[in-house]
Amino acid sequence: MANQEIRGEDYVVYYNANAVIVTFQGELALRSPKEYAPIKDLLDEVASSRPAVMTLDLKKLEFLNSSGISMLSKFVLGLRNNQNIQLAILGSHDVPWQRKSLRNLQKFLPSLRLKVE
Amino acid sequence: MYQIFGDYIDILPPDRDSLELSFTSSSEDIKNLWKNQRLSAHFLANCFINFLPLDENTPEEEQRIKEAQGSISYVANELIENAMKFNLETAAHQVKLGIYFLENPELVAVVFATNSVDQIQAQAFQAFIKELLGSDPQELYISQVESSATDDSSTQSGLGFLTMINDYQARLGWKFEPLLADVIAVTVMAQINV
Repeated sequence: MANQEIRGEDYVVYYNANAVIVTFQGELALRSPKEYAPIKDLLDEVASSRPAVMTLDLKKLEFLNSSGISMLSKFVLGLRNNQNIQLAILGSHDVPWQRKSLRNLQKFLPSLRLKVE
Repeated sequence: MYQIFGDYIDILPPDRDSLELSFTSSSEDIKNLWKNQRLSAHFLANCFINFLPLDENTPEEEQRIKEAQGSISYVANELIENAMKFNLETAAHQVKLGIYFLENPELVAVVFATNSVDQIQAQAFQAFIKELLGSDPQELYISQVESSATDDSSTQSGLGFLTMINDYQARLGWKFEPLLADVIAVTVMAQINV
């Protein structure tokens, strides 16, 4: 799977195929699950290429609405049945929503490596 | 005759600064420009932190201000997104988003949004509110995500409210106030300590 980029007015999500890292930047507050579908599809596509480790770098994602948190939660939950992929999520203490909400993802996937610093 | 659910302050004391934004439900630009919701929420948060009796020049209070700003942006964005999404198209009533703060004695941000619904929407919403108030919000969040993961058609009902309760310790309240025969104003209020 090649590098990919999804760009909106105030956000960018890009996939670095060599490092198997999906990086989110900016502010993401789309209206509905349907509008999050391209991003969810990108994550699912990366996971279906069966990498040993997959990383989501959210450190520069300054804002995420509940629809976005839900999309991430569903993706993380979907990996519960796929024990061969180690998912890592990188977050930042400086971004308020990440300090509040990221730890919840661990409930959906106990093996998740969550690094908020 | 109106109905109240949850933790709702019906009459806010008049001796505090407050801020309220109003949008006409017929303004297509506002509805089409979805990012207006997020910008309104940020605006509200940015204005509000100036009301607080906190000093941004002390590191501890600077951190508290930043935290408050983040919490208010998140909560206000969820409330206005819902108000816009569920507002009754035909109602000629404004959608409102506002903020207020209380000192009792801890600082509390009171964020509220109002929109109009019809009887059917109001009944469905009240049924959901009763479920929410009678549940363990942590468990309900997990079960809602799990059920929405297996059923794409299900709306992610209430995940916004649940994240406010679970992650921001928001105390939520709702007021349903009949305006016309089949038009009911719903105000959702979220109180968060800042």
